[in-house]
Amino acid sequence: MTDPVLEVRGLRVEFDLPGGRLPAVAGVDLTLRRGEILALVGESGSGKSALSMSLVGLNRGPRTHISGEVSFGGRNLVEAPESELRLVRGKDITVVFQDALAALNPLHRAGAQVAEMIRTHRDVSRAAAWDRSVALLGEVGIASPRENAKAYPHQLSGGMRQRVMIAMGLANDPAVLIADEPTTALDVTIQAQVLGVLERLRADHGTSIILITHDLGVVAEVADRVAVMYAGAIVEQGTREEVLFAPQHPYTMGLLASVPPVDGPIAARLPAIPGSPLTGIDRPAGCAFAPRCAFAHDACAERPALTRRFGGPGHLDACVLDEPARAAARPEGSRS
Amino acid sequence: MTVPLIRAEGLRVEYPGRSGGKVRALRDVDLDIFEGETLGLVGESGCGKSTLGRALLRVLEPAAGRIEFLGLDITRLRGRAFRRIRADLQMVFQDPFGSLNPRRRVADIVAEPLLRARGATRAEAAAVAGDLLDLVGLGGEAGLRRPGEFSGGQRQRIGIARALASSPQFVVADEPVSALDVSIQAQVVNLLSDLVRDRGLTMLFISHDLGVVRHIADRVAVMYLGEIIEIAARDDFFAAPLHPYSQALLSSVPALRAGGRRERIVLEGDLPDPANPPGGCLFSTRCRDVVERCRTSRPELREIGPGRSVRCHLVKEADS
Repeated sequence: MTDPVLEVRGLRVEFDLPGGRLPAVAGVDLTLRRGEILALVGESGSGKSALSMSLVGLNRGPRTHISGEVSFGGRNLVEAPESELRLVRGKDITVVFQDALAALNPLHRAGAQVAEMIRTHRDVSRAAAWDRSVALLGEVGIASPRENAKAYPHQLSGGMRQRVMIAMGLANDPAVLIADEPTTALDVTIQAQVLGVLERLRADHGTSIILITHDLGVVAEVADRVAVMYAGAIVEQGTREEVLFAPQHPYTMGLLASVPPVDGPIAARLPAIPGSPLTGIDRPAGCAFAPRCAFAHDACAERPALTRRFGGPGHLDACVLDEPARAAARPEGSRS
Repeated sequence: MTVPLIRAEGLRVEYPGRSGGKVRALRDVDLDIFEGETLGLVGESGCGKSTLGRALLRVLEPAAGRIEFLGLDITRLRGRAFRRIRADLQMVFQDPFGSLNPRRRVADIVAEPLLRARGATRAEAAAVAGDLLDLVGLGGEAGLRRPGEFSGGQRQRIGIARALASSPQFVVADEPVSALDVSIQAQVVNLLSDLVRDRGLTMLFISHDLGVVRHIADRVAVMYLGEIIEIAARDDFFAAPLHPYSQALLSSVPALRAGGRRERIVLEGDLPDPANPPGGCLFSTRCRDVVERCRTSRPELREIGPGRSVRCHLVKEADS
């Protein structure tokens, strides 16, 4: 196993809301290894974005309470002062957002925005930064990078803008790239191109990537490992094959079953998960998924720890069901 | 063959382009939708699928072509005659947040099409709204609350109840589950298929999600740059799409089951600028099978087998 780049221990992120405190991230342990693509999967309100933003303190503020440990390069980033974090962001750990049109400055040329990112963190000439910017745009698959570097964001297509964002994220050869729903706004044929860029990055530079997504298809395409989040906690974690093809947690099973496939038998009705995801302040004392789980019973009144139960060595889940019950719950097709 | 419920002939929609010219969003589309069927309309953003849905409901004014409803030309109907037809043609929108007036009570939102189009009394409309809210699984008492108090999936149920209030025959559902969480999508898809079956609805189901379309549609039409490039029965289409673009689209859907992985066709480049479309076949700039003829001559949508048409020079009748 390769060495960890980033280690998260007991991370909690809570937001003060008018009615009380929202536990957006309710105690998460997570390890990111060098050169891997780790997908963080969850629905709205699952805490996947709050978790990733808090890794580099992007959601710090008077109403946000972040505690726990984020170890990176021998430091705990949760306790690092803002001045120190600012140096980490954009250089060692960079974040690529979903909405490239909102995140890019409409008044600056694409190449200039990448060049500025370089000059903020490195002492290089304007000309050298521009050349490096053009090279990066080429590397993320932008055609005619010399010409397109001079374009303004609105003159580029959605897929091209997302690539400019990735080029900015790469500008200083970071150890970790956090990509928050990088392909959600894109069409499938363009999504395939952008995911290809991420894979190439990992292969060529050994960049570790945290990929935040609600899309299980994206996970199937590029992830090495997957962590599934529900109501602020990781409920299942393992390799892509383990989580997608041999899921252990009923929530993961339900998510997989509710995506209708493009081949194989067609179900008369889609197996839906009843109810809605938990998004409010009030959380059940026990398993957060129990109110929607068809297999919930008395033992679910106590919150299960994320640990290895019936999966492989690295395949963890937070569910008290025994093996026969899991086998019965597993959707068709993933049953081995 | 029976008279289609909805027929489009040479339907063209244009909007003004940046440089003063006209951009063609819909390029002379011919389409028949038959009573009781669900037609899935797929394609990427900007392909014209929403434009087609809106034009069929006359939300958009076509620049050319005609629309028939049960054989009646409704392209230029106005006033009371159109209002009577309007009740039969309804729409479910993608965005369950933007499409409901936040200041009105849910019961009033649902009842509105009934009051406007069918001329129902307030009491009748209120009773129907209560029944519909029950039908979509929210319960009649939900009518007293306002949209802001509901989740995305619940708001989509409100949107569906509103679309059904005037007992329409034809419903256009434009990406009705795209904005919803995965676990909620399945609930709403099931609700729509129940309604189609129980109420004998005819539906145009617009989606970029091929899995959902396969689940709910009887036939599938694929659009690219304002044209229909393939149309086929659901099972024929998913067993073997014939247009190279359809093939690329289907191959880009990731498999979520062990051993289900297919060969992936990655398309080069972006969708061409609709204001400046390529000559010949509109897909020729991204097609991996392209030959010289594709760049010079524009293919027609040809029927190559029963109920199956493709717009491609390279597809032979024997292929079907």
